[in-house]
Amino acid sequence: MAVAERTPILELRGVSKRFGAVQALTDVDFEVYAGEVVGLVGDNGAGKSTLIKAIAGIYPVDSGEFLFEGRPATIHGPNDATHLGISTVYQDLALCDNLDVVANLYLGRETAARRLGPLSVIDEVSMEKRAIDVLRGLSVKIPSVRTAIASLSGGQRQSVAVARSVMWDARIVILDEPTAALGVAQTAQVLDLIRRLRDQGLGVVVISHNLADVFEVVDRIVVLRLGRRVGSFDVHATSREQVVAAITGAEWGTVPGETSAIGGNGPKETLS
Amino acid sequence: MSTMIDDSRLIAEQGGIVGAWAAFRRRVSQGEIGQLPVIIGLAVIWAIFYAAQPAFLSAGNLTNLMLQIAAVGTISVGIVLILLLGEIDLSVGAVSGLCAGVMTVLNVHTGIPAPLAILGGLGAGLLIGLFQGFWITRFRIPSFVVTLAGLLAWQGALLFVLGKTGTINIQDKLIIGLANTFFEPVIGWVLGSVFVAYVVVGSVLTRRRRAAAGLAASSWTAVGLRIGVVAALVLVAVFVLNSDRGVPSAVVFLIGIIVVFDYVTKRTRFGRQIFAIGGNAEAARRAGINVSNVRVAVFALASTLAAWGGILAASRLLAVHQGAGGGDVLLNAIASAVIGGTSLFGGRGTVWAALLGALVIGSISNGMDLLSLEPSVKFMITGGVLLTAVTIDALARRGREASGR
Repeated sequence: MAVAERTPILELRGVSKRFGAVQALTDVDFEVYAGEVVGLVGDNGAGKSTLIKAIAGIYPVDSGEFLFEGRPATIHGPNDATHLGISTVYQDLALCDNLDVVANLYLGRETAARRLGPLSVIDEVSMEKRAIDVLRGLSVKIPSVRTAIASLSGGQRQSVAVARSVMWDARIVILDEPTAALGVAQTAQVLDLIRRLRDQGLGVVVISHNLADVFEVVDRIVVLRLGRRVGSFDVHATSREQVVAAITGAEWGTVPGETSAIGGNGPKETLS
Repeated sequence: MSTMIDDSRLIAEQGGIVGAWAAFRRRVSQGEIGQLPVIIGLAVIWAIFYAAQPAFLSAGNLTNLMLQIAAVGTISVGIVLILLLGEIDLSVGAVSGLCAGVMTVLNVHTGIPAPLAILGGLGAGLLIGLFQGFWITRFRIPSFVVTLAGLLAWQGALLFVLGKTGTINIQDKLIIGLANTFFEPVIGWVLGSVFVAYVVVGSVLTRRRRAAAGLAASSWTAVGLRIGVVAALVLVAVFVLNSDRGVPSAVVFLIGIIVVFDYVTKRTRFGRQIFAIGGNAEAARRAGINVSNVRVAVFALASTLAAWGGILAASRLLAVHQGAGGGDVLLNAIASAVIGGTSLFGGRGTVWAALLGALVIGSISNGMDLLSLEPSVKFMITGGVLLTAVTIDALARRGREASGR
C-alpha cells in the first residue's frame, strides 16, 4: 500500500501514559489513513486498550502529540474525540436490549418532529427511513428495523453498534474485539461490514486477539508489546508467524516483512 | 421491510389478518406478550364472579369498581414509570396520605381556597419526589432503601400534619366533587367520542405518514380492527356507566392521566430516555443521556401522581384520617403495575398496565366483598394473582433470551 505519502486522518506521535507505577504506553506512534483497516494487536497488557482509550478521550495522555488531518489536535475528553469524528465500539456494544434498532441507532440524538425540550416529540418516520438507508448502505441484514435488540443475533447486534458509530459523520471507527464470541457466519458478516466501512473511506482500527480474522480483513497490523510499538506490518507481505513473533517478542529483530517506513520507531526500540 | 425482502433470512411481514396473526404469534413466542395475560386473566376473573353472583357485572357495581380503583390506579401510573426505570418507590402510599393531609389542613384549618390547597398537596408531592430522587442519585443509595425510609418518615409527617384531632372532614364542594361527580349522559358520550377520535386520528395519521415515506405500514384492515376494538370498548363502557349514575369524574381523570403519560413514554424524548435507562443505564449514559436528571424527574412525577391519588381518595372518603395512604395502598399500587404487565426488571411495560392491573386487583376485592368472603381469602387470592403475574414476566423474559439466539 502506498500510504506513506498521504496524510493520515489521525496521527499520534510519541504518546506516553503512566498509571502509578505502571508505564502503560511508552513513546508510541500510531496512525490511521482514510480507507484503511488497521489491526492493533498485542498480548494481554500490551497497551492496546490504553491506546484506544487515549484516542477516544477517556484517558488523557501524559505526553505526546495528536495530529488530525495533519493539524495538531487536543483530545481531553470523549466529546473532543466525538467532535473530531472518532467513534469507538466497545466490546459490550452499549445497546439497549429492550429498544428496537431505530431507537438504538438514535439513542440520545432522536430527531424531533416538534421541539419541546425533553418533551420533544420523536419523529419516528424520518428516523426509520434514515436507519434503513444507513443499514442498507452497510448491507446489514436484520429482520426489521423495528425488531428489539434482544431478538437479534450477536453479529447483528455488533452490526447495529457499528452502524450507530458511523452514522454520525464518523471519520475513524475503533472496534474493540468485534468478532469475540461470534460464530463463523456472524464473524464473516462483521468482517464484511468492516470492509464496507473501509470502502466508504473511513479509517478503521480493529483490536483483536484472533489473528485469522485480522489477516482476513486488515491492510496493516500495528503490534504493541509491553507498552511500546514494536512494528507495523503490511499484511500482504507478512506471515502470521512473523506477527506472532513480534507480539511475543521472540526474534522480533529479524522479522523480514517489517515495513519500517511506516513503523517509524519500530527498529529503534530495544527490547530486553 | 420491502427494501430488504431479497434476503431469505428475513421474516417478511404478510398483509391482512393472516399476517397480523403470524406476527402476533411470533411476538408471543419471543416473550413480547405485553398485556395479553392480564386481559385474559381479567376476563376469567369477571366470568367467575359473574357466575357466582350476577350482580357483579351490573352497571351499579361496575361503576363502584371504577370508583374503587381510581386512586390506586393513579398512584400505579407513577409506579409504572418507576418500574420502567428499573427502580422501586415504596413511599407512594405514605406520600399519597401525607399530601391529602396537607391539602386538607391547608383548606380546612388555614382556610386557603380549595384550588390552592389542591396545588399545595400536589406541590408537597413534587417536593418529596425531588428530594427522594436527589438523595437516590446524589448518594447512589438504592431507591428501595431511600423510599423505605420515606415510607416511615412521611407516615410520621402525616400524623404531625393532622395534629391531635386525627381525622379531618372535608366540606369544600370542589374537593368533594373531584371524585364524587357524575357527568350527564351527553357529556359521557362526548368524552367517549373524544377518546375514540384521538385513537382514530393517531392511527390513521401514523399509517398515512409511514405509507407516504415508503415504510412498512400496517394494513388498513389492522388499523380498522384496532379502531373497532377501541370504539366498541368505549361504547360499552360509556353505556354501562351512563345506565347507572353517569361517567364518574375520577374515571375521566384516571384515563386522562394514562393517555398523557402513555404519549409521553412512547412518543417523546423523555419517555425514550426512561426506557433506555431501564434497559441499559450504562448505554444510556454513554449515549449522552443525563441519567440522574431523568431519574429525579421520574421520582418527582411518581410522588406527584401519588399525591393526586391521595387527594382523590380523600375526596371519595370525604375525610383524611391517620391511616390515609397506609394499609394496602402501596402494595396494591405496585401489584397493579406488575399484574398489568410492567416488568420488574426495567425497560418493559406500558402505562395502561396501571389501569389493567388495578382492574384485576379491584375486581378480586370487589367480587369477594360481594360474595361476603373473609378478608383472609381475599389477601391470599390477590397474593396468588401477583405471584402468577411475576412468574409470567420471568418466563417471558426467558423466552426473549431464548429467541435472542
